[in-house]
Amino acid sequence: MDFTVQNYKDTRSGFGEGLLEAGKRNPKVVGLCADLIGSLKMDAFAKEFPERFFQVGIAEANMIGMAAGLSIGGMVPFTGTFANFSTARVYDQIRQVVSYSNKNVKICASHAGITLGEDGATHQTLEDIGMMKMLPNMTVIVPCDFNQTKAATIAVAEHEGPVYLRFGRPKVANFTPADEPFVIGKAQMMQEGTDVTIFACGHLVWKAVQALPILKEMGINAELINIHTLKPLDVEAVIASAKKTGCVVTAEEHQLNGGLFDSISQVLSMNCPTPIEPVAIFDQYGQSGTPDELMKHYHLDTEDIVAAAKKAVARK
Amino acid sequence: MEINQLKDVASQVRRDIIRMVHGCQSGHPGGSLGATDIVTALYFDQMQINPEKFTMDGAGEDMFFLSNGHISPMFYSILAHRGYFPVSELATFRRLGTRLQGHPTTAEGLPGVRVASGSLGQGLSVAVGAAQAKKLMKDDHIVYVLMGDGEQEEGQIWEAAMYAPAKNVDNIIAIVDYNKKQIDGPTDDVLNLGDLRAKYESFGWRVWECNGNDMQEVVDTLTKMRENAHKGQSQVLLAHTEMGMGVDFMMGTHKWHGVAPNDEQAANALSQLKETLGDY
Repeated sequence: MDFTVQNYKDTRSGFGEGLLEAGKRNPKVVGLCADLIGSLKMDAFAKEFPERFFQVGIAEANMIGMAAGLSIGGMVPFTGTFANFSTARVYDQIRQVVSYSNKNVKICASHAGITLGEDGATHQTLEDIGMMKMLPNMTVIVPCDFNQTKAATIAVAEHEGPVYLRFGRPKVANFTPADEPFVIGKAQMMQEGTDVTIFACGHLVWKAVQALPILKEMGINAELINIHTLKPLDVEAVIASAKKTGCVVTAEEHQLNGGLFDSISQVLSMNCPTPIEPVAIFDQYGQSGTPDELMKHYHLDTEDIVAAAKKAVARK
Repeated sequence: MEINQLKDVASQVRRDIIRMVHGCQSGHPGGSLGATDIVTALYFDQMQINPEKFTMDGAGEDMFFLSNGHISPMFYSILAHRGYFPVSELATFRRLGTRLQGHPTTAEGLPGVRVASGSLGQGLSVAVGAAQAKKLMKDDHIVYVLMGDGEQEEGQIWEAAMYAPAKNVDNIIAIVDYNKKQIDGPTDDVLNLGDLRAKYESFGWRVWECNGNDMQEVVDTLTKMRENAHKGQSQVLLAHTEMGMGVDFMMGTHKWHGVAPNDEQAANALSQLKETLGDY
């Protein structure tokens, strides 16, 4: 894959553009937002389709219930708020009326992870992937950049069933091809390699891309796979790559418990036990700071992926 | 339907409730018995529905949501007698492999159920969403939702209660099964609901009240509410009911909220309830 940076954009803006496009393609697509229209970049959809947009106020539980009701009536509802208000705050609502009831609701979560930055730990959700992954019927998607988030938003509108779509706040490298169709559940091969496999998701994919040439200089030919769909996991792709390279690194902006490391470890331990090294948050809360400072402080940076890869290779 | 016929249906539903809960020695008879008249009136008199051809989206028909899912035996009996599924299936209530789960669910594909309920406080929100979908689909049918009074203690109820009048959701008819009792005791003792009428009115609702166990009053009130739909007002009915209605020893107490009768108690209860449509 060509890793040329086209521009620097926030993934939430990809969601906003994708939602507008999905709304144009399907008149049943509706939007709901809990007083964060600007932050979620839902303005364009709300302006274009005012009758299909529901400002619910700061009432996330009601928003999830309403979304379930709208889906019963045949609509395709997209709810929008920050990741913590999209998950932990409304977990029982999602569990009962969305996932257990198997409703066609798309829970769209912005400002996920440590890169939310200065607002601090109350808003830095690092547990959401785990919570959503545990719910039967739920699909969990974490795209890596603007283009992919836009494509994923369009794809989930066409997918029948509950979806959790996670994206973030800061402007990051936008490097995947524009208008590349998003295939739910299919791991994305970013670069083939032979010595170690890096499985990454979200903002960590770009960090991993930057690790590739550094590893190359060290004589490590790394394979990079973007696990944009955490659930259902592309089990075949994970096993095939792990068998080929013989050791694995996972990289995510999430707690070690419940996240990508958890999913990959599960597959490997059941199918082909392989040395695995995580880049993740280790059972702690975040704090205020700039996104770049926080990624460095919590060891979610390119150099941490490089170190993990070296360690994994040494364990072979 | 004639009032006497509705009363006959309600009597059979009450028998079913006792037999279902007794049969599996599990379930919630008290609230089920109290709400029977309201939901019987809805399904056998008020609602425009197509039980033979159940569709999830309910296009072109009225919809009902049960928010306080624990009174499922009443709901299941009414759905069965209305033709959504065979009455004989009531015998499977709460048994392994049944479509009649302890609390209603869509997971088993039971016709008549559109969402899971049981975890309280969520039904009003779902009904508001379904009502908004009807507006988008230019479908002028009504969305009904029944809530318990105990679940009025849940915060989410008031999120939805604030939303509906503020956004002119006038195709919804909410009903509170106001029996003034919950698991731990009288609502006045557990957490006093205060002036429920004033609370809903201050949120912008048109509030109606009736004796929820007087079939004539229930039908008359629901009829007036239906006539008042689509006129810019969200409407709620505070239906004053008696938990355990129809079975003397289950009335006037919260003790039968979630307790199954033994053989002797079940026989006693059934002796007080006329078999009208045939036991399952």
